[in-house]
Amino acid sequence: MYEQFKARAEGVSAEVHRFATAAEALAFLVGFLENEGVADQAGRSGVFAACPFLEHVDRSRLAAIPGLAFEVTRERAAAAKVGISQVDWALADTGTLVQDATAIDKRLVSTLPAIHVALIETGALRPDMPSWLADVRPEQTNYIAMITGPSRTADIERVLTIGVHGPERLVIVFIDRMEGEN
Amino acid sequence: MQREFKASIDRALHDANLTGALGKFSEAYKINRAKAYEGIDFEALRGRIAELKSSAASRLDELAELFRKNAEARGTKVFRTSNPAEVRDYILKVARDNGVKSIVKSKSMATEEIHLNAFLEKAGIEVNETDLGEWIIQLAGQTPSHMVMPAIHMTKEEVADLFSKEVDERLSSDIPRLVKVARGEMRPKFLRADLGISGANIAVAETGSITLVTNEGNARLVTSLPKIHIAVVGIEKLVASFSDIAPILKALPRSATAQLLTSYVSIISGPTPNSDGSMKELHIILMDNRRSEMAADPMFKEAMQCIRCASCLNVCPIFRLVGGHVFGKVYTGGIGTILTAWYDELKSSEEIQGLCIQCGACKDVCPGRIDIPGLIMEIRRRLVKEQGMGLAQKSIFSVVNNRRMFHAMLRAASVAAKPFARGTKFIRHLPMFLADLTDGRSLPAIAAKPFRDVVTAIDQPKGLKEKAVFYAGCLIDFAYPEMGEALVTILNRAGIEVVFPDGQTCCGAPARYNGAYEVAAKNAADNIQALLAEPADYVVSACPTCTVALDHEFIATFESLGQSRWLPQARELAAKTIDFSTLVKKLVDEGRLTFKEGQQLGAITYHDSCHLKRTLKADQPPRQLLQRAGYELAEMFECDICCGMGGSYSLKLPEISAPILQRKLHNIKATGAPLVAMDCPGCVMQIRGGMDQDGAPVRVRHTVEILAEQVEASSRQH
Repeated sequence: MYEQFKARAEGVSAEVHRFATAAEALAFLVGFLENEGVADQAGRSGVFAACPFLEHVDRSRLAAIPGLAFEVTRERAAAAKVGISQVDWALADTGTLVQDATAIDKRLVSTLPAIHVALIETGALRPDMPSWLADVRPEQTNYIAMITGPSRTADIERVLTIGVHGPERLVIVFIDRMEGEN
Repeated sequence: MQREFKASIDRALHDANLTGALGKFSEAYKINRAKAYEGIDFEALRGRIAELKSSAASRLDELAELFRKNAEARGTKVFRTSNPAEVRDYILKVARDNGVKSIVKSKSMATEEIHLNAFLEKAGIEVNETDLGEWIIQLAGQTPSHMVMPAIHMTKEEVADLFSKEVDERLSSDIPRLVKVARGEMRPKFLRADLGISGANIAVAETGSITLVTNEGNARLVTSLPKIHIAVVGIEKLVASFSDIAPILKALPRSATAQLLTSYVSIISGPTPNSDGSMKELHIILMDNRRSEMAADPMFKEAMQCIRCASCLNVCPIFRLVGGHVFGKVYTGGIGTILTAWYDELKSSEEIQGLCIQCGACKDVCPGRIDIPGLIMEIRRRLVKEQGMGLAQKSIFSVVNNRRMFHAMLRAASVAAKPFARGTKFIRHLPMFLADLTDGRSLPAIAAKPFRDVVTAIDQPKGLKEKAVFYAGCLIDFAYPEMGEALVTILNRAGIEVVFPDGQTCCGAPARYNGAYEVAAKNAADNIQALLAEPADYVVSACPTCTVALDHEFIATFESLGQSRWLPQARELAAKTIDFSTLVKKLVDEGRLTFKEGQQLGAITYHDSCHLKRTLKADQPPRQLLQRAGYELAEMFECDICCGMGGSYSLKLPEISAPILQRKLHNIKATGAPLVAMDCPGCVMQIRGGMDQDGAPVRVRHTVEILAEQVEASSRQH
């Protein structure tokens, strides 16, 4: 299922990575943010929406990155270059991420910044939408968000252009074992 | 047709940007759509969608109330109304009550339908469309030309001009740069808006949820940033169960933009927190605006199965020439014609319904399994019923209804056309206002001797065991009697005697396609009597339009008029009716006909006639027969796209018919084959006439003429 997901997601211009542990994913994330030059200034900062991943890793390594905020506000998200959140499911046949996005900060970090990094447990992969429907409880979830690749448009002369109102990059990080060895 | 409407067609046809962009898109769409549906059973999928949408349409009131109950239980405010004015007033009241100064909107056809933007702007509120295409047409002061791609009619240069004015800076036409400018311009509008307005693609009664499908991410911002969200939802979007969203989300992006899924899908089931900790005010307006009436109509109920993918526009040979604006201001293309007739009024569709050439391409791809051309025919019928026919049309059909007079006129026309035919088989030029008819196409001269006279002189072998009644149809009878002779030759070789009942007349298709069902019913009754008088094993026709009339439409015409007198005989006739190629293929398979040995006849290309392929589903028999005869089949590009004939269509809208024909000629020539075959004398008339004026050395022949030279009686017979 992972291979199918990866092929489909890359087919719509998403970047897909996979790590065995949360600690390895953390190391990647720290490197990624440094590489993107995340810093404490408008247009270069980062926002991280509250999520289980943060409970399982050494947060001090993230806290050490200047300009990366964990208290997400609309102003911070609007000024950020990178937004990070954890999503709840992935659908292999379309390369889609699915999130209970009722909490506003999850939507702010995945809509306003230029880059969205989505963390996901590999075990949350489902083959397709009908199999996911069996898991979801819409009566308890006021905002379900599905994300398939970065924001795109073809409204001018049918030319595909990435990054309109939403992120121009979607970086997906699979984590096989979220808990355990830090 | 009104001069203004003809002028809008003319403008569109001469807009090279428009026809270029739409032409390229329609070619790419066909390939990409097929790819997106790879490995999916489309028939099963659309069967499921048709079923769930049809079931919802049959209990709209119940589902709307259930939706209200479930949504309100979650804290959503639901407003139901049938009146567009009440929708506008409700939104204005919410805006005024909350001191709203600025609104952001994501794409919503329902708000286009009720002209909401102009109304709110008049009330002094800033309204910003945020879908890139919608924003472009808002800046241009235009209306959407396509349901999914509202600005497809505009070039990047035009967009650059618009944006340059907006940002007060000279921009180049670099598309990624223009998109960046749009992102930059829209951001502050999103952040300062106090109200977001969206539509919805699906509304689920069971959970009170709405689903929004977008690519740009604007709907996510519209539903997340402002503290108030109003969704305007046409009640045709209602489905019963949450699980119903899966099949719709499987088909909608594939059919709309050939994507497996759009970048974003949002399912909103209740108010969510705002970024300042307050709760969002969520309003959902369930708008009827004649949808219930549509659902209650036994025929138009089917249109409620539409999921608004616009694939009927994308495959339409007319839409790709004229674009959306010719159709009117809101809903365009095939389904748009139907929606306009209902949401606006029947009269509004009077002119645009005439744009449909009845080729059936849209019916094949519709994920809601809607018979769009069938419903457009029904609009025609009701228009004629309501308003009567034009005087000229009326006199034509009164002639068609009188077989003797009709046939006498056709004979007289043979003499009258002589000066224009100049001793050839073509009329190349007609004078004055008729000149359009021969613009890019020669018309066949009426035959000196119609088939009904020719047939009496044919000496058929005696003692043949089987009998087939031949229904010639007007074109073979009066323009191409040699096709009828070829058919007799072939069937005689298979041991079948061909009978031509003299009482047969026009199949009624011209009347039916013009909405004159009473005339068509009279034609049907006359033909039924003539064709059933003689006991026969088959009733065969070499014209697919006539075959469809005998096989399907006589019955349908009687049914829609509520006439039952001739129905049993119409069914008896339908059961015996068979098209020429299918019959010959059967005779070859049965070993009653065979082909000359070892023939190498060279390349041939085949043009699919609309009725043969899409109604009779007989696109393979002629290909197989021609290949068995010894031809090498070189398929042309877009082999199954209409040639632009469409019966009287090419007479009413020659300016549209002509460019469709030119495309077909180009595709035929591009194969390099010196011969093109087809099974319809109407297509022969159009394509042979076009090839004659084009001057290309390509022979245009009916399959029957070609096969008559190649089939032999099987030695196993007798």
